[in-house]
Amino acid sequence: MNSELPSDFPYAADHAPRGAHPRRKGRLTVYFGMGPGSGKTSAILRAALSEHENGADVQIGVVETRARPGTEALAGQLAEALGGVSLPGELDLPGVLARHPALLLVDDLGHDNAPEARHPKRYQDVIELLAAGIGVAATIDVCALESRAEAAARITGRPVSETVPDSVMDEADEIVLVDVTPSEFIDRRDETRSLLGGRADVLPEAGLGERQLTALRELALRFMAERMDRRLRELKAAEPGQPDWRSTERLLVAVGPSPSSVRLVRWARRMAAAQGAPWMAVSVESPRLLTPRARRSLDGNLALARELGAEIVVTQDENLANALIRTAREHRATQIFVGRSRAPKWIDRLNGGSTVDRLIRLGGEFDIRVAPAGGAGDDGQDGGDFDRAHLSPIREYLLALNMLAVVSLAGVFAVGHVGLHAVGLGYLMCIVVLSLVVGRGPVLMAGVVSALAWDFLFIPPVLSFHIGKPEDAAMFAAYFVVALVTGELTARIRNKEQNERSRELRATALYRLTLSLADAAGPDEAVAQALAQCGDLFAARCALLLSDEKTGKLTQHPSGTLDLGEQPMKVAEWSIRNRKPAGRFTGTFGSAAGFFTPLVRGTTALGVLCIEVQPDSELALSQRDLVEGIAAQLAMFVERDRLRAAAEREKLLSESERLHRVLLDGVSHELKTPLAVLSAAADRIDDADAATRASLAGEIRIATHRLNRLVNNLLDQTRLESGALRPRIDWCDAGDLIFAAVDSVRESLAGRPFETSVDPDMPLFRADFALMEQVIANLLLNAALHTPPGTAISLAAGWDRPGGRVCFTVADRGPGLPLEMRDRLFKKFQRGDSARAGGLGLGLSIVRGFVTAQGGEIVAGENPGGGAAFTVYLPCPESGRLTT
Amino acid sequence: MPAELPLEIVIVDDEVQIRRLLRLTLEPAGYRVRECETGAQGLSEVAMRRPDAVILDLSLPDLDGVEVLRRLRDWTRLPVLVLSVRRDEVDKIAALDAGADDYLTKPFGGGELLARLRAILRRVTPAEAAQTVRFGDIEVDFSKRSVTKKGEELHLTMKEYALLRLLLQNRGKVLTHGQLLREVWGLRHEQDTHYLRVHMANLRKKIGSSAESRFLRTESGIGYRFLDE
Repeated sequence: MNSELPSDFPYAADHAPRGAHPRRKGRLTVYFGMGPGSGKTSAILRAALSEHENGADVQIGVVETRARPGTEALAGQLAEALGGVSLPGELDLPGVLARHPALLLVDDLGHDNAPEARHPKRYQDVIELLAAGIGVAATIDVCALESRAEAAARITGRPVSETVPDSVMDEADEIVLVDVTPSEFIDRRDETRSLLGGRADVLPEAGLGERQLTALRELALRFMAERMDRRLRELKAAEPGQPDWRSTERLLVAVGPSPSSVRLVRWARRMAAAQGAPWMAVSVESPRLLTPRARRSLDGNLALARELGAEIVVTQDENLANALIRTAREHRATQIFVGRSRAPKWIDRLNGGSTVDRLIRLGGEFDIRVAPAGGAGDDGQDGGDFDRAHLSPIREYLLALNMLAVVSLAGVFAVGHVGLHAVGLGYLMCIVVLSLVVGRGPVLMAGVVSALAWDFLFIPPVLSFHIGKPEDAAMFAAYFVVALVTGELTARIRNKEQNERSRELRATALYRLTLSLADAAGPDEAVAQALAQCGDLFAARCALLLSDEKTGKLTQHPSGTLDLGEQPMKVAEWSIRNRKPAGRFTGTFGSAAGFFTPLVRGTTALGVLCIEVQPDSELALSQRDLVEGIAAQLAMFVERDRLRAAAEREKLLSESERLHRVLLDGVSHELKTPLAVLSAAADRIDDADAATRASLAGEIRIATHRLNRLVNNLLDQTRLESGALRPRIDWCDAGDLIFAAVDSVRESLAGRPFETSVDPDMPLFRADFALMEQVIANLLLNAALHTPPGTAISLAAGWDRPGGRVCFTVADRGPGLPLEMRDRLFKKFQRGDSARAGGLGLGLSIVRGFVTAQGGEIVAGENPGGGAAFTVYLPCPESGRLTT
Repeated sequence: MPAELPLEIVIVDDEVQIRRLLRLTLEPAGYRVRECETGAQGLSEVAMRRPDAVILDLSLPDLDGVEVLRRLRDWTRLPVLVLSVRRDEVDKIAALDAGADDYLTKPFGGGELLARLRAILRRVTPAEAAQTVRFGDIEVDFSKRSVTKKGEELHLTMKEYALLRLLLQNRGKVLTHGQLLREVWGLRHEQDTHYLRVHMANLRKKIGSSAESRFLRTESGIGYRFLDE
């Protein structure tokens, strides 16, 4: 049904935020009926039979026939058709995922799973199955729908314990209404009863009368009607030229910690669904702190709202009405849903009207909707929650009473000397001090008790609550008010401060995280810092699991403080696969010790952050939000890092591709030329005369030299690049070095004026003799190769004493180096334009590699008076010098 | 030069083409050649034949060349010329320290091979254990411990003389830095290559002109040797 919805449809329930999810493959057909016994199970069995006949791979996930003869017969028929399978009592999730049928039958989506199952609810299994691409035919009662459960319970008089969030219905591609008239229903039931006898009385539909059946049917039909209505509206909205319906209505519901908020949330969801409008649940943090129980309850209510598809907004204000109006304006809501205040009228009047009154007065532009008065047990209020949410522990009350007792005792002894008014001031002081250390309740109690104690013990007539003189009465009244106001104000300031502190803590935490992610030297260090901060923040052990880009395999980051075993790894895998939080405090794998938050970027989860707090402490909703914030930051960071790595790889790849091409071209040319010479010379050598033979031998020698040089260059380059080159640094003598280098290239320098000079003060220096010999020989060869025959080449060794280095300069009188060449001169496979004969262009690259490996540098420059000059510098610190 | 009784050379190399080429090079020069394919074969051939020299490849199918060298050196001082494609100084030093007399990298020239072979063979010819050695204008008289250049006395220090003598006595053979330092300065100074550098530089300076200095060859990264051809 939803397959044609706009992709950013605002109902996006928490399970399946469309737009974030890629469209899942599995198709969900829901058979929807008014209650047990309406024929849904038979309907899916029949559908399965016909699918099977069409050749589809059908599997029975779970079917509950409840021993109804008709259903039993159908189930038997299907089981027969599928090859005599048995009917499973519980859904075997891993088994089904492994078998991967085209269509799976799942009866009664609202059913609670066995405690050891992967998800607490059967519908969560189904969501996972759909995500895995398995088609599902399922049944749901209207009674089991989260938003209708309460109404159904009121009709049947039986509480509904197993419910399905309405968002599951949004997941359905098709909803088939299985309708039956009450009279037909009763006929059918009577028939069953006659067949089953007394056993029929255990059927859930046994005790329902016609009136109740009609009410249930209406509930079911109305639900369908609302959906159809919405569908129509969507179709209309999808037409071009129509105004976007989504901008017209926006619902806002105030959520507090009271159990009645649950009803309020469901009501708002119903209304939102009926109007096809997005809705948000707003929780207003008051300056007063909530008790842990109220905090848990509030978290539960917000979680429910989220589950039902609401956007959650947490704001802070002293006044509920002001906060709601402000939030409504900020989020451009049009309707505000609140509960009734339970506070007595006179308190409302003191506060300038109840929350509802104030909402109506302040928010003229909004529709204010107050929860309808419910049936029995309805204490429908929500604003009132803030007034009674806080109860300090008993210890604080005891402390207050003790202090009052001490002050009273002191007062009894001192009243003769200082007078009863001074004692009153003593009480007041006691109240002020108390308000600094204890909560609001004990302070208010101390105010009242101290006023009474003052009256009873000190105001004449003593030991009675009667007040004799009118000025004492006035005094008493003033004291009472001052004590209460002081206590209230101090407590309020304290709470506000506390709230602000926790907010600031949160902001600081995220800020620090961002900073450390940006500052860290490498990705590993950044993650380590983030995890350490996480651990400090929540007093918890943390772990970060990153999924491999290719294989998707999860690996734990080494800097985590938590080692995940096999079971938690499964939770992590689930979390990353479904891109949803899992583990403790969530509906999935709730029994796990850790809280798992996926690192989601776009449509992929890059990893999972796992936070494990002590078993006896909790993560409040706000803290869990913070964890999600941190996870989002981390996700962004990890993604950035991966993109960077990918870009680098890409660059390397294209570069290496180019090099491969150049190498292949170059090597084939360089190899084939001397090989051609060898082959031709070998052919000719037999029948050649002595003179020709001699010159052929010369050619062969040249060709083999060339081949040898090429192979050596390639080997050297490989050695450099593979990092296998480890210079053996030792003492070298410049004369020795030059002697050896020149000796090895003597032939190539023949016929040129060549001179060498060595600085007479030249010290011994540290280098790899063999590498340096090759460096100088290569530079000389290079010079010989790139300059016209007969031009001069010189080699000089010098000592730059202040610079702490020695230098070797090979200079020629050739054409010199164009400026634009100098940069790329030392790169691989770069050949000089004036190079006469081949060469791979590896010579200078190797030279630079060797020089760098020894801690030196090479500079290409101009030879004064014309030509090029290459200078190699090697470090030779004065202190490390030896002149034995 | 080989007299009426030709010198016998054992070649240990697994490449048939190299063996053939060596035979083509050595036999016209008057040597008798025995070919072996594996290290084990080479060892037994040397033990049986008692050849005059061995040409040994380092990469053999069964044993490492250096290991073959070590086993040979357990019982014989016969000259061994190592022939290998490995051109790393580390490999060369390992082979020389294991007792090789010379090291030639492939590819090599036939002339060079014959020269090296002659040099290491001459070292062990008793007739060569002379009192005096001449090279270029230099004459060294071991009995008088004097070095003269064109009849003029060269004033060498103790160490310089010791170095020169060691190189001359091992003419043709590469002496590694370690070997030279050990012999001249003692075991404790085996690592002090700067002594060697300085003294070699001074020795070269005193001997003078590049013509004579060329007899004292620098084997880069490995050591020195005296080569008089």
